[in-house]
This record gives sequence, structure tokens and C-alpha cells, in this order.
Amino acid sequence: MGRAHVYKRDHTNTDEIIPARYLNTDDEAELAKHCLEDLDKDFVSKVRPGDIIVAGEDFGCGSSREHAVWAIRGAGVQAVIAKSFARIFYRNAINNGFYVIESPDGLEKINDGDELEIDYKAGVIKNITAGIDIKFNPLPDFALEIINNGGLLEHITKQQK
Amino acid sequence: MGMTITEKILAKATGKEKVVPGELINANIDVVLFIDVTGPPAVSMLAEKGMDKVFDKEKIVVTPDHFQPAKDIKSAELHKRLDEWARRHNIKYYYKIGRAGVCHALLPEQGHIRPGEVIIGPDSHTCTYGAFAAFGTGVGSTDLAAAIATGRLWFKVPASMRFILNGSLGPGVYSKDVILTVIARIGVDGALYRAMEFVGPTLAEMSMEARMTMTNMAIEAGGKNGIIGFDKETEQYLDEHLKDKTDYTIYESDEDAEYVRVEEFDCSIIEPMVALPHLPGNGVPISECAGKTMDQAYIGSCTNGRIEDLRIAAKILKGKQAAIRTIVVPATPTIWKQANDEGLFDIFYEAGCVIAAPTCGACLGGFMGVLAAGEKCVSTTNRNFIGRMGHPESQVFLASPATAAASAIEGKLEDPRKYL
Repeated sequence: MGRAHVYKRDHTNTDEIIPARYLNTDDEAELAKHCLEDLDKDFVSKVRPGDIIVAGEDFGCGSSREHAVWAIRGAGVQAVIAKSFARIFYRNAINNGFYVIESPDGLEKINDGDELEIDYKAGVIKNITAGIDIKFNPLPDFALEIINNGGLLEHITKQQK
Repeated sequence: MGMTITEKILAKATGKEKVVPGELINANIDVVLFIDVTGPPAVSMLAEKGMDKVFDKEKIVVTPDHFQPAKDIKSAELHKRLDEWARRHNIKYYYKIGRAGVCHALLPEQGHIRPGEVIIGPDSHTCTYGAFAAFGTGVGSTDLAAAIATGRLWFKVPASMRFILNGSLGPGVYSKDVILTVIARIGVDGALYRAMEFVGPTLAEMSMEARMTMTNMAIEAGGKNGIIGFDKETEQYLDEHLKDKTDYTIYESDEDAEYVRVEEFDCSIIEPMVALPHLPGNGVPISECAGKTMDQAYIGSCTNGRIEDLRIAAKILKGKQAAIRTIVVPATPTIWKQANDEGLFDIFYEAGCVIAAPTCGACLGGFMGVLAAGEKCVSTTNRNFIGRMGHPESQVFLASPATAAASAIEGKLEDPRKYL
């Protein structure tokens, strides 16, 4: 279970998720301190382990910096729900074993602070606060396999064995 | 049903006769790019997983660029990790500081980009290489790690979009204005997950440098790759630049290849364009935004930091004074030397510009021209997101080198055609 942090906007980009001025490190805990800093400077003080980010179209557009996924994960976020994702961010998330959920109506049915529970396999977001279920298309099998193996490198290692 | 050039390259890389959009493939990688910000994390991951090996030390090209020369202690540590790894694995093409440059300008210039090949890099603008009828795409550090260790990566074959460019560009109008027009029409996610294939007579009149500016910004429309077919111009550039490996395969889209969307442009009516803050898709003609005061002009980056760009800017700045801070960043040491030899530095110096060493630097708000709160910069770079070049309350206006140079002289956004 986690609380929703809702950003009712499209094109939340990697410069907003983790500004390049912090890219001189790849330390996840350090990156997490600046997660979403230029968009919402209070985010890091509000976020608790297991929380969920909810946003509009094209989440994670821009740079290929995997630091964006690390900053979000490092901040304790369990998943991002968006109408759509930028390609490289989506790849990076799966390769890191981090859940990204494409939901066309999540943004309309989730308010900031709502308590959510996600069944990744069944493809259901339970909005406990609103008392509704929001269905989504589960990740494709190959992506779930990578996530379940703990990320791309673990997945490759397992396949080679 | 025929295939697009992108599908043909990916089929060949997978050892198949045919691939179709949406198909998951495991492709062989021909060239792996490695840079300072996103490379060292990949190395650490490999070491951590007991996979510290390279699939082919001659197929990896290493250059520090984003924060080179080191801007602070932490980036010096990144460079140290990069250096230690490249030396330990005896990487053949390692461009050390002094020969290092902005990767997407450096790799074609040093002969690492060949038609028909698959190039991946841990930088989103790896799509630049599509100008050479190759498949180039940006990935993250984990993908880079996997490619370094195995020489292969999974891809979903993208559906293709076709952009037909007709007409000759008017004076003072450049490929940057064309790509800003394209992105303004389709939006910053208009090509999400798609291949952007550019065709048409306008391209025949563009140099390879100008074409690279187009494919470079495919990612700004969400594209997986940008691609332009092979022609005499491509051949001539390759003849001059390829070194160790000079053979390549030319692929062309079939007449009956399938496209999910076709857009046609009359490039003869395109005006100099400016993308307003805070999205590259906010392009408007200069006539709609001229007069807006600026604090800085920035001429450089993988989009517009090549010799042709510096020549265009110098021609306008010659004998003039920049009214605002103007920073010129040749993208590679070779371009730097060429600009110096051609006397461009004299022009920039007389105009009161700063001339920097090759680096990505301020394009991403790193160093060498970072903006303060409330400042506005006209920039030849590729992104104008919130905080991109510095303070979250600063603003970036994307434009061609000509528009940036004319705006530098006036201290406000200005139509470059006034100075032709």
C-alpha cells in the first residue's frame, strides 16, 4: 500500500526528475535527495516508502539518464503510474526491476494523497480511498520476466546458466 | 509488404530476413558508445554482478564529454572510473581528454559511424547517427552494461513515420529550423517509440552536418531513432572520415514499406524558428517572438557545435559586438582546431565571445555557462525543459546558430536574415 503523489501534467522530463547538476554521482541515496526537485521541492520531504507517483502522458521524456529511475526508487517510490511513458525511461525502469504502469484513466481516478494498492499480475490498481478498482494492461511477459528476475543483468545471467 | 530502412537494419542485426514493427528482437550491436556520466555506473554494475568483461574491445568507443574536463571533484571521480576501466580492458578507441569531444560530433568525425550498422549509446541523442543511414538509439546504463558484456540488446522493432521534405530552404534558414518545425507540428511525443524517417529533395541540399542536426533531435519528438537514406553526400563524408573499417552495407526503404504516419513539409516557406520554454515542441517563427530580451547566447552542443555551425555564427558576428554573454563551444578538438585555423576564433574574440573547450557542459546545466534565476538564454542546443541549463527559474530558447548569433548582437531574439 502506498499514497499517491499526483502530478496533473504531461511530459514530466528527466531534467525535472533529477536535474543534471546532480549527475556527478550515481549514488542512489544521494540522487534520491533531489528527486523531482525542480518540479516539486517538497516531494522528498513528503514521500514515504511504498508511495506511488501518478502523472499524465510521456513521463520520463528527455535524457537517457538511468539516474531518473534510481532517484525515484531511492526516494522509496514503489511504482510510477502514467498515461504513457517515454521510451528510454520505460526501458530503464524495466531493466532495473522497477514497476511502470500505463493507465489511460489513472490520472482522472486518483487524487493526491489517495491510498493505493497495486496487483501487478492481475493489472488492477485498488484506490482504497475512493473505493474503486482501476484496471490496467499488465506489463508484457518479457518485461515481467526481467522485473521478476530483478533486472536485465540478473535476467541475462540467469539465461546464460 | 516491403520493409523500411530501419526494419532492414534491425533484421540484419538479428540475422533474420524480415522483422515487423512490434516484434521483440535480440540484436547484435556494431558500435557501443561509452561516456562519462552514464558509463561508469554500467562498469560498477558489471563488477557487482561478476560480469566485468567486454564483448569486443574494438567495438566500444569511449570519450568523456558531459563534464569534461572535470567540473568538480565528483565528476573527476567519474572520469577516474572511466579511465581505469578503459585502460584495464585495453579499449582500442579511447579518446582521452585532449582528444575527447561531444560524443555525437566526435564519433562520425573520427570514422566510427557506418551505414547499415546498429549503434547504441548511453545518451538520448545517440539517434544522431541515423543521418548516416544507420540505426542509432539512446539507452540507459543497464542496457549499456548488457551491451558491453554481451554485444547484444533486446529491442522492440519500431513502426516508422515518414517525413517528406520538399523545397529549398530560404537564406538564413537551416536544418535546425526544419526539425523545430517538424517537432512543433507533431509534438514532443508525436513520434513516441517510432522511427522517424526523413526523405525528400530538401535533404539532398543539406550537408551531413546539417542532417545530423535533424536526426539528433528525433528524441525530442519521442522517437526511437531518426534516419536518413544514403546518397552522394553521405558517401563523400564517409570517404573522408572512415579509417580502420571502411566497408559498409547500404539499405533503402522499399517502395511498398509501411508507415504509420506520413507528414509532408514545404521547407521553402519555413522561417527561422525559436522553440520557446519549456518544451522543444514550442517552436514559433522568429517573427512571432523577435524582440524578447536575452541574457546569454550559447553556440555549441551535439546539435549545433560542428564547424559548419561555427562558420554560420562567425559570418554573422564578424565585425560586430555581442551585447550579451556569448559562449562558443566547438564540439570536438578537431573542430576547435579547424575554427582556430580558419580565423573564426579571431571573429568570436573581437565580438567579445567566450571560446570554451569541447564539452556538453552548459547544454545540460553542468558547467561553462550555467544560468542564474530569471535569466534567459538563446541556445543552439536541443532541450529547453525547466532547469535544463541551470536555475529552475531560468529559460532556454532553442534556435539555429544564425539566430543565436544575431540575437547575441542585439541582446534580444532577432531574425538572422537581417545580418545576411
